[in-house]
Amino acid sequence: MKKVVVFGATSAIIQAVARLLAAEGASFFLVARNPAKLASVAADLRVRGATAVHEADLDLNDVNSHQALIADAFAQLAGVDLVLVAHGLLGAQARAEVEFAHASELIFTNYLSIVSLLTHLIPRLEAQQRGQVAVLSSVAGDRGRASNYVYGSAKGALTLYLSGLRARLSRTPINILTLKLGFVDTPMTAGCKKGPLWATPAALAPRILAAIAARRDQCYLPGFWAIIMTIVKLLPEPIFKKLRF
Amino acid sequence: MKEELTTAIASWGRYPQVAQHSQRLAWSCEPLPRPGSALLPFGLGRSYGDSCLNDQHTLLLTRGLDRFLAFDRKNGLLRCESGVSLAEILALVVPHGWFLPVTPGTKFVTVGGAVANDVHGKNHHRAGSFGNQLRAFELLRSDGRRLRCAAEENADYFTATIGGLGLTGLITWVELQLKPIVSPLIEHEVIRFSGLAEFFALSLQSAESHEYTVAWIDCLASGNALGRGHFIRGNHATTGAPLRPSKPPWLTIPCNLPRRTLNPLTLHAFNRAYYWRQPRKSKHRRSHYDPFFYPLDAVNHWNRLYGRPGFFQYQCVVPFAEGPGPIQEILAAIAAARQGSFLAVLKTFGSIPSRGLLSFPRPGVTLALDFPNRGAATLNLFTRLDALVGQAGGALYPAKDARMSPAIFRLSFPRLEQFIPFLDPSFSSTFWRRVNP
Repeated sequence: MKKVVVFGATSAIIQAVARLLAAEGASFFLVARNPAKLASVAADLRVRGATAVHEADLDLNDVNSHQALIADAFAQLAGVDLVLVAHGLLGAQARAEVEFAHASELIFTNYLSIVSLLTHLIPRLEAQQRGQVAVLSSVAGDRGRASNYVYGSAKGALTLYLSGLRARLSRTPINILTLKLGFVDTPMTAGCKKGPLWATPAALAPRILAAIAARRDQCYLPGFWAIIMTIVKLLPEPIFKKLRF
Repeated sequence: MKEELTTAIASWGRYPQVAQHSQRLAWSCEPLPRPGSALLPFGLGRSYGDSCLNDQHTLLLTRGLDRFLAFDRKNGLLRCESGVSLAEILALVVPHGWFLPVTPGTKFVTVGGAVANDVHGKNHHRAGSFGNQLRAFELLRSDGRRLRCAAEENADYFTATIGGLGLTGLITWVELQLKPIVSPLIEHEVIRFSGLAEFFALSLQSAESHEYTVAWIDCLASGNALGRGHFIRGNHATTGAPLRPSKPPWLTIPCNLPRRTLNPLTLHAFNRAYYWRQPRKSKHRRSHYDPFFYPLDAVNHWNRLYGRPGFFQYQCVVPFAEGPGPIQEILAAIAAARQGSFLAVLKTFGSIPSRGLLSFPRPGVTLALDFPNRGAATLNLFTRLDALVGQAGGALYPAKDARMSPAIFRLSFPRLEQFIPFLDPSFSSTFWRRVNP
């Protein structure tokens, strides 16, 4: 049975993924900030068939705690097969444009905190010579859009970091999966206007598991975003900069 | 984040269409939102009329509260958040040999909605209604209080909230006692009957021998054929078969059909063919619980068959003491108006008292029918039916209603005055404002 560590366990997308893993009897080490929410997610996974569920309530912005946290996860689960990194902060673009503290918070949560986690995590995976890391990145990291480039720059940096890490680990059995998600209808995006491009967590979850099972390097979810982002990336900057989306 | 007024959310009958705000709930541990307008929990929207709508006010969408909290596989005790659907419960518990102790005719309702409407099933004569299966639930009031309600704890809020139409606060989680099964199959029998007297005899005769009983009535038949139908009775199979839950729906009605699709001609033809499909001699069958309990769940969005104007459902209960007379008169009035549809269901309620102050089930015979919305003609027929129900000392079912008068609401629910003090001051619904002008 899979031993799974989840950072950001109260994320709607990752809850849907964890439910499917629980039904297969996985064991979990769940990390999230809010203990009451975490407890309800843990209870749900137990009922749905999880073999064991460990909970750690902690703010992942507290990078000083990461080393002990990861040691605890490996100790509790006695080895780790899969690490899901799902915590994130959408923030408010307009605020981030004028308030450095907010911009820095977005970059810290969406990028630096994950770099810290991976720095402590990867040597342990190398030591056990197995393991997969799946990280939720975003199509927003492929090109800087006027409407959310601060968040996008953090996701873009994350995607680059994972790409380099994957290259470094290419001769090891460790798999790094970058999940470039499009628009997903979750509490994080509750304030956004929804349209036909939006997907639900329940619909994405089996595709995320399929990408993990296939040990892919990266994938767009839903798949049609690969086409959209290819076009978006090919647009010449003089044209792209005038687009408002 | 407050969303704009929209007409995007409708009830199952798609009538009335109202403009309302909505907010999605994701966590049962969070406080209630304070949008500045009245609140009403909304689950899967399977109430037919306006009891799940909140015109100009705010719906709290509860489907995000979809977590299981505890499942005692040995004793069949399940605790889950209120937005979990009965379909999701069955998918979880059937493989472990457990089943819903009471289920309505669709599994696509939330457990919170099942409590708020104190729904009933084909085993009412044995088990009572949904509220009778509850061990406890938590009620979140707009003043922030969280009340654990059970028969012996906050019993007043417990009885007000069962059947309380979502007006006493938000149910955050529910704990219910499941029933054991050894097979997902139902052994059942369909018996053709030619009139109401036979229906009453069959009901009496089957109450002891069968856990599930219900009848389909040909509500378009008149004269000598009035009150003919099929009596369906069943029990859980006692020999094994793999405990598999149901399959997803196999057909979806993609859009509203033209409003004339269901007209007197097609409905008569359907009802007549359906009646004669069953031979005189009864047949024993074994089938999965899914087609037995939820035949319409196989067709996604079947409500679109009725087209853009939507449809009504009329469900009343008439006390046993009145005999078959009132039901006979009601069926005669419907047949004379040539208004009924293909879903007409007759069922006896047993004597187990409902717990809710506003619970609909009570000893007697209940009749439920669909009616395409033909405007004033349909509403006038309902007024005539109300008079017959009122004379018989009967009641109407709010979960199915979009038009009952304040007067018949009061007649239907004699404990209304006891209920009023437990209303949450921040909660309301279109139905509630309509019957309490």
